[in-house]
Amino acid sequence: MDLINFEATELRLGLPGSSTDEPEIKSTTSPVNTNKRSSPEMDSNVSDENGSSRSPPPTKAQVVGWPPVRSYRKNILQGRKSDQPEMGSGMYVKVSMDGAPYLRKVDLKVYKSYGELLKGLQEMFKCIIGLYSEREGYKSEHAPTYEDKDGDWMLLGDVPWEMFITSCKRLRIMKSCEVIES
Amino acid sequence: MMLLQPSMDPNRKRAKSVDRVDSVDSGSESFESTRKCGFPDEVLERVLSLIDSHKDRSSVSLVCKDWYNAERWSRRDVFIGNCYSVSPEIVAARFPRVRSVTLKGKPRFSDFNLVPEDWGADVHPWLSVFSTAYPFLEELRLKRMAVTDESLEFLATNFHGFKALSLLSCDGFSTDGLKAIATHCKNLTELDIQENGIDDLGGHWLSCFPESLTSLEVLNFASLNSEVSFDALEKLVSRCKSLRVLKVNRNVSLDQLQKLLLHCPLLMELGTGTFMQELISGPVTEFKTMFSNCKNLVTLSGLWDATPLYLPVIYPACASLTFLNLSYATLRSDELANLLAHCKSLRRLWLLDTVGDKGLEAVGSCCPLLEELRVFPADPFDQEIFLGVTESGFVSVSHGCPKLRYVLYFCRQMTNAAVATIARNCPDFTHFRLCIMNPGQPDYLTKEPMDDAFGSVVKTCTKLQRLAISGLLTDRTFEYIGKYAKNLETLSVAFAGSSDLGMESVLKGCMKLRKLEIRDCPFGNAALLSGLTKYESMRSLWMSACNVTMNGCRALAKEKPRLNVEVMRDEEGSDDSQAHKVYVYRSVAGPRRDAPPFVLTL
Repeated sequence: MDLINFEATELRLGLPGSSTDEPEIKSTTSPVNTNKRSSPEMDSNVSDENGSSRSPPPTKAQVVGWPPVRSYRKNILQGRKSDQPEMGSGMYVKVSMDGAPYLRKVDLKVYKSYGELLKGLQEMFKCIIGLYSEREGYKSEHAPTYEDKDGDWMLLGDVPWEMFITSCKRLRIMKSCEVIES
Repeated sequence: MMLLQPSMDPNRKRAKSVDRVDSVDSGSESFESTRKCGFPDEVLERVLSLIDSHKDRSSVSLVCKDWYNAERWSRRDVFIGNCYSVSPEIVAARFPRVRSVTLKGKPRFSDFNLVPEDWGADVHPWLSVFSTAYPFLEELRLKRMAVTDESLEFLATNFHGFKALSLLSCDGFSTDGLKAIATHCKNLTELDIQENGIDDLGGHWLSCFPESLTSLEVLNFASLNSEVSFDALEKLVSRCKSLRVLKVNRNVSLDQLQKLLLHCPLLMELGTGTFMQELISGPVTEFKTMFSNCKNLVTLSGLWDATPLYLPVIYPACASLTFLNLSYATLRSDELANLLAHCKSLRRLWLLDTVGDKGLEAVGSCCPLLEELRVFPADPFDQEIFLGVTESGFVSVSHGCPKLRYVLYFCRQMTNAAVATIARNCPDFTHFRLCIMNPGQPDYLTKEPMDDAFGSVVKTCTKLQRLAISGLLTDRTFEYIGKYAKNLETLSVAFAGSSDLGMESVLKGCMKLRKLEIRDCPFGNAALLSGLTKYESMRSLWMSACNVTMNGCRALAKEKPRLNVEVMRDEEGSDDSQAHKVYVYRSVAGPRRDAPPFVLTL
């Protein structure tokens, strides 16, 4: 899959939908897989050039493969983290889209409804995502799903928005044809 | 390693050396001209078969033709550190009677997602050749190889005496492959599944072990997520009387573990399941005797979700423990201190940095015999966090544990002075792997680069074999390494150095260097080419996100035809575009024939 011109998925230091003022990080793409995903690397050295103090550094995009913790251990740690309650402001969850080489994150607190969330996701991934309806089926090529607190994968839209944002752990935009209807 | 009696061995060819055509020899040798040494072949082989070390065997094989032949016929155990450095055909031709193979595949940075999938290191071509060359193969140990279910099924059905399978950091297979192993390997003694990219389709594989299988000595499925049938597991454990290593996964509860332990009093290594009970069915005293029968336990791991309430259950077993792996238990400093007070014999300790510097103080005071310490980060990817361990914890350990030789330490701050103190306290380091998690971070007190830290390590620790460096580092670090680290074999570098001089210093000075892996450093073609004469004496070189270009790689490939110079490139750029990922290794097998489209062999 040729993703070289897929600017929409370029790594950026900003919230989804924000302008392109921030410095862009050159990205290279590589084939995607489920077990060991290889994501674009940063080519800039993110050192603290001024040898500055212990004040928290500005939010940096993550560097691939750093710190050097094996995938297995990483997955365990991430699983453990999601067991803990969200701290601080913002309710960031990961968003993956089938076929895209790397993930994004969205702050669910920013949106007030499913409609707004879908709009934000569509901006981010430059695609059309539609909610499923019993009557009309899938309105588009992509179906939004999420993983809830119990680890189950659910179709977006069934529960009230407030309930959704407290139980959603991560989002996945699947190809409609792959969604299994139960 | 099995020592074969000449008369008992079905494969034995007791004829003259006419039968022993060594395909690697150039020209044919007559029987008379090879009989330079006075020993009959059987005696020589018998003597050589007592040599286990691969290095020694290599040396032995270089002495003379007789010894080369005797060595190859007596070799039972082959270790291949880079699966592409040699072909299975060459191995089979040189070593006709191998029983155990260890194969390593992908470059180490593939553990951190730097190598795309489908890169290679497929085990299947090896199994194909071995099925005819080594039908009596007993052991296979794979690390970073691509393994499919089909390959596992092939292994299980084509090698009838197969006994031991170990898979570490491999990927491409699912629990269906394990089903095949459990079903068909009638003499299985070892199944060791560790940290692989495995597709976990469920725990049914364990139920595939037949009732007739009683030979298991090692069973490790700690890293699998799905629940296995406890009934099947309990029956398996109770009928395998020689079980000495059992590492279960998180789904096995405390009371289930208690039942298992009743069946295997000879256990030497235990990996527990979850170490807490949500529904407290009885008081904790119920579990207090759980470990009192385990007289032979030397290794303990697992301990998922261990809490202060349940941790004391293991105290009775602690006095004889030599290896304690707490890297999946989020313990705090006080919990660790209470535990370590019972662990006087510890040699190896793995921890999560949740124990903090205070926890490490307890390590320093309780574990004087400690030789190995690994401290893993509980939250490596959250840059806002300032928890974990610092330089002071490491210093505390070094004061109390002078025998330390292996350390892996993840931290968020470090100073040159602290590392100098640590090196002074522990001059016997053979493996020093320090990961300051923020790339390019200086000494947080002096704001200086961390050059002097690693300088003090290489100057003081003369036995150093493996080094991983981090923090803000200039070329001076590499000058120190080149000048002092004369026993260094493996070096890992990330986000370091100022110019080509850095890499050049290392290549020039480190006489015993075998593995060099570099990422995100300003080393270019001049640095790459400065190692021209060195790479053939090394296992491999990895460089990614550096300043090496295609022309530089082509120049290297042209000068050194016996090296494989592989470049992974994503863009079809100009002729002299950046070579994004470069992997150079010596090989007697020529260029890879299974390279995927994104790997260019120059």
